[in-house]
Amino acid sequence: MLKKLLVANRGEIAVRIIRAAQDLGIPTVAVYSAADAGSLHVQLADEAVNIGPPAAKKSYLNVEAILKAARDTGCDSVHPGYGFLAENAAFSDAITGAGLVFVGPSGDAIRMMGDKVSARSAAAAAGVPVVPGSAGRVDGLEAGREVLAETGFPVMIKAAAGGGGRGIRIADSLAEFEQAFPQAETEALAAFGDGGLYMEKVVGQARHIEVQVLADGSDAIHCYERECSLQRRRQKVWEEAPSRALSDRLREELCASAVALAKAVKYSGAGTVEYLYDDEADRFYFIEMNTRIQVEHPVTEAITGIDLVAEMLRIAGGEKLRIRQGDVSVKGHAIEVRLNAEDPAKEFAPFPGQVAELRIPGGPGVRFDSMLFQGYQVPPFYDSLLAKLIVHAETREAAIVRLIRALNELRIGGLKTTKPLFLALAADPAVRIGDVHTRWLEGWLIENAAALAG
Amino acid sequence: MAQILSPLPGTFYRSASPDQPPYKADGDAVSAGDVIGLIEVMKSFHEVRAETAGTNIRFITDNEDPIMAGAPIADLD
Repeated sequence: MLKKLLVANRGEIAVRIIRAAQDLGIPTVAVYSAADAGSLHVQLADEAVNIGPPAAKKSYLNVEAILKAARDTGCDSVHPGYGFLAENAAFSDAITGAGLVFVGPSGDAIRMMGDKVSARSAAAAAGVPVVPGSAGRVDGLEAGREVLAETGFPVMIKAAAGGGGRGIRIADSLAEFEQAFPQAETEALAAFGDGGLYMEKVVGQARHIEVQVLADGSDAIHCYERECSLQRRRQKVWEEAPSRALSDRLREELCASAVALAKAVKYSGAGTVEYLYDDEADRFYFIEMNTRIQVEHPVTEAITGIDLVAEMLRIAGGEKLRIRQGDVSVKGHAIEVRLNAEDPAKEFAPFPGQVAELRIPGGPGVRFDSMLFQGYQVPPFYDSLLAKLIVHAETREAAIVRLIRALNELRIGGLKTTKPLFLALAADPAVRIGDVHTRWLEGWLIENAAALAG
Repeated sequence: MAQILSPLPGTFYRSASPDQPPYKADGDAVSAGDVIGLIEVMKSFHEVRAETAGTNIRFITDNEDPIMAGAPIADLD
């Protein structure tokens, strides 16, 4: 068991991790920037250390300051949360190099999954279906032409060192391809210092479905899937589990492929294997593996009854997986919505400010993960996530009804939040029957701009 | 002398990205509508523009400093 845990994060996820550690009897140390001195994670942790000024680069991303805080407080372990340093291989290496335990996978595993080409190769080698495309880096235009037989048009030319939507070009014809390929090479070299490219078929309308895995370095299990198709600018806003789009047969196949990948790379901790699911073709394709706990993990906890963060801490403490695959079963349906400090009436403009009033929803099947309290001053320096509202019910239909009930109970005074968006989405016929894809919300937002403004 | 005030709370940047030169150096002339910096609010970036012209801008707020809405960014003659 871990002896003392430093939580290298802030906001709701720091609170979530502190709670899991305290439930296991592990003392916790919070770190905070000058802007977060009064925040909830600082209040709840057993100790707290100021690691620098408000800018994340000088505090939450400052590896030296975090290592010093861990040493000074006698911690034996560090949990990175999500965002900030969570998928920074050098950070994992630095923690391990300092003789501490990193709650997550090794630096090598993070590096392998962080490089798009090596992740894709690892997935293909483990038998996970990948989007049709090049086996690895494409060595020049001539080799690229050969890959076109696999992909057809439109085809995506992607920078191996890219990510987050950067370094992507789409070609609709051979002429366009022959023009775009050398340009993409030059651009990738300029932008990332690495001209390496790979190619992928453009998958049309698809859902975003991801599988939660837990692994201990040798064994791995899955905790079923989440569907996160409702996205704005590639950011998930609404997540649910299970996905209603999958047949039982395909669900088993999908989840088994995620376990195969986790085992193949000797993964340790909690991870998520992300896929695109093409409804029409009834096929799924690997996109990437996230080597961290994810924002939307509570929907999986709701339907499986597993405390994923507690399991991460146990595995990091040297325990073998306690849960067998046969013990994991799905009960009911869960939905999470992300309440951000953004004004949906004004193109989601950020809205930092003071929480003047707070009424938190409760009752059966309702969970509210947040760092809010009355009087809290939301700082402008970090991301806009204020709270996650998670509802759980016997069926998807009942979960949506419960979501509306809980949203009506929720009151966050003094700030603009995304609550009106979720009330409108919960009432939408397409959302009600789950007939959505990853680009659906963008179109809906244009059509419903007037309703959100009112 | 006029002051350019921050329209938003957040982090102030003097250039478009770390490897770019600053939009304006101390002593530069400024036309109305010129971008003089960026404010990062909750990971989104907003341009700060000068409302009036001037012959000599002098920054009060440093690159990457936290700033409150209404706080002065620069003096402008």
